Amino acid sequence: MKVLTLNFLTCAVKTCKSSSDSFPLHPKDAELVSDDVELNPQLLVNLLPRIDWKALRTTSTELGFPELPEQPPTAEELEADEKMLKDLHTLLVETQMNEGKLVCGHCGHEYAVREGIANFLLPSHLV
Amino acid sequence: MDYLVRFSQSHETFRLPELESLAVIEGIVMKSPFCIVHLPSDDAAKRLIRRSILVQSIHALWGSGPDLAAVHAAVHATTPHLWAQYLTCPFKFTIDSYQGSRTAEDKVRIINSFAYLGFAGPIRMRDPDEEFTLFEDWEFNSTPLGIPDPKHYYFGRYLGSGARDLPKVLDLKKRRYISTTSMDAELALVTANIALAAPGKLMYDPFVGTGSFPIACAQFGAVTFGSDIDGRSIRGDEKRKTLRGNFEQYGLLGGLGGMFTADLTNSPIRRADLRYDGDGVTGRLFDGIVCDPPYGVREGLRVLGVRDPEKSPWVIPKGKVMYKDPDFIPPRKPYSFLAMLDDILQFSAQTLVDGGRLSFWMPTANDENQEIAVPTHPYLEVVSVCTQVFNKWSRRLITYRRIPDKEVDPEAMKAREVATPVGKSADELNPFRKAYFNKFETADGSSDDAS
Ligand SMILES: C[S@@+](CC[C@H](N)C(=O)[O-])C[C@H]1O[C@@H](n2cnc3c(N)ncnc32)[C@H](O)[C@@H]1O
Repeated sequence: MKVLTLNFLTCAVKTCKSSSDSFPLHPKDAELVSDDVELNPQLLVNLLPRIDWKALRTTSTELGFPELPEQPPTAEELEADEKMLKDLHTLLVETQMNEGKLVCGHCGHEYAVREGIANFLLPSHLV
Repeated sequence: MDYLVRFSQSHETFRLPELESLAVIEGIVMKSPFCIVHLPSDDAAKRLIRRSILVQSIHALWGSGPDLAAVHAAVHATTPHLWAQYLTCPFKFTIDSYQGSRTAEDKVRIINSFAYLGFAGPIRMRDPDEEFTLFEDWEFNSTPLGIPDPKHYYFGRYLGSGARDLPKVLDLKKRRYISTTSMDAELALVTANIALAAPGKLMYDPFVGTGSFPIACAQFGAVTFGSDIDGRSIRGDEKRKTLRGNFEQYGLLGGLGGMFTADLTNSPIRRADLRYDGDGVTGRLFDGIVCDPPYGVREGLRVLGVRDPEKSPWVIPKGKVMYKDPDFIPPRKPYSFLAMLDDILQFSAQTLVDGGRLSFWMPTANDENQEIAVPTHPYLEVVSVCTQVFNKWSRRLITYRRIPDKEVDPEAMKAREVATPVGKSADELNPFRKAYFNKFETADGSSDDAS
């Protein structure tokens, strides 16, 4: 599961949806792997408006990556900034979370990640 | 200039929607919706069809008409200024007869009638620089009926071909990991085209199974996401036969964004409430959503939850104790097919960017009285409905476009909120399942298997 995916995932418990603590989920005991992927600036520029930057900063730090700037770059800034493109590509596209857990900061529910596949199925008392 | 698109002979109702979708991807304005299309340039013509699954080839149209005299007249009237470029190059001249045939002598006679073009270069059957084709459109069954001539002729210069080879590349027969409901490669690729999958775009399949749609989308350069309530369908045998293994087989790992186990009705995908003033991107995630939802015919459609907590009071307490166990399987309850379709539409309205597309497959009975209406949503506009017909049932590929918030009618939203169906019994609100079992269950149960 590419780290990008973490920026799209929140706690599946309905009562957590209204809480800002349920996003992003916090990686725990995360085992990371990396795939070699060719850099695609078009993809990163396309991603920019869809990424929740604040959440991405949290995830990046929690996974042990260098701190991201406080504000996201604009599309033009990103296109012109080779280092930023490279860094975001490494973090979002190449890095994968393979094992571990994703933890909700609101209800504490832990979603297991095995072989890169996170499990969001909930028991009946949580649906 | 006019260009002649030569379609392949399969999936007829899908051909134009596919071509029109490719025009959107390439930013090409196509004036006529028919096989003769008006395009800005040869280059646009080649680009238009280069990733088409259902177009064989495209040709600059030099002339057409109901008989050869009319073709020659048109070629004389509009193309003499082009002839000089092709006087000496190696070339080939072919006759492509649709639903009809010609004797070898006839062909030579017809080809010779174009001698005035003055092409004097060497004739090369393999790898010519230029290829000129006379297309003949014959009446159906013309040979046995003894019909002497075609009903129409088109003459053109070959420019390029579609991607008819791609279905072979992704052929299910040679794919590492498939299941009984994997979508065949050709239709998965057509679906990806119609949903506008393209480099740098993000596509999602909420009923991903073995990954047929994400693979097709990734083949066109998109980054793909998927989920399924059945994690085993994604994991496969956890060795070589896995969804990831399929991406690996085709060298598409760069397009594998993320796959996870989830129920669409309890989705972990982040999304905001619908509004009337969004900027069209912020808070939305996907350029396209493609899927083949569960029809619920065999096993009934299920989502997370307990059907009747009073009748089985132990289920919820057991879940509370057991749910952290990695082997715990959460209970499921029956759900209605129509409610699920509605959930897909609502989810898509919330997560697609403006202009993003939802394309999903839906079965329906061939009997008009049992036909399931195309589902609607105020934030989604129907782009096309394509039908693949089987003996007693059909399936349709329905495609929508996410319209900008500002174009949405708030009244339609209000009406929807009042009318939204909520179903409990799997049968009651599943007209397709009912029809399947009552009316068109085949006597021997062998043909027309829906899943
Ligand atoms: C027709 S199959 C799709 C097959 C897929 N297109 C492929 O190529 O393998 C439908 C899938 O939906 C899944 N499904 C059923 N109910 C679901 C639900 N409530 N949420 C998510 N997925 C569900 C099934 O497990 C099944 O894999």
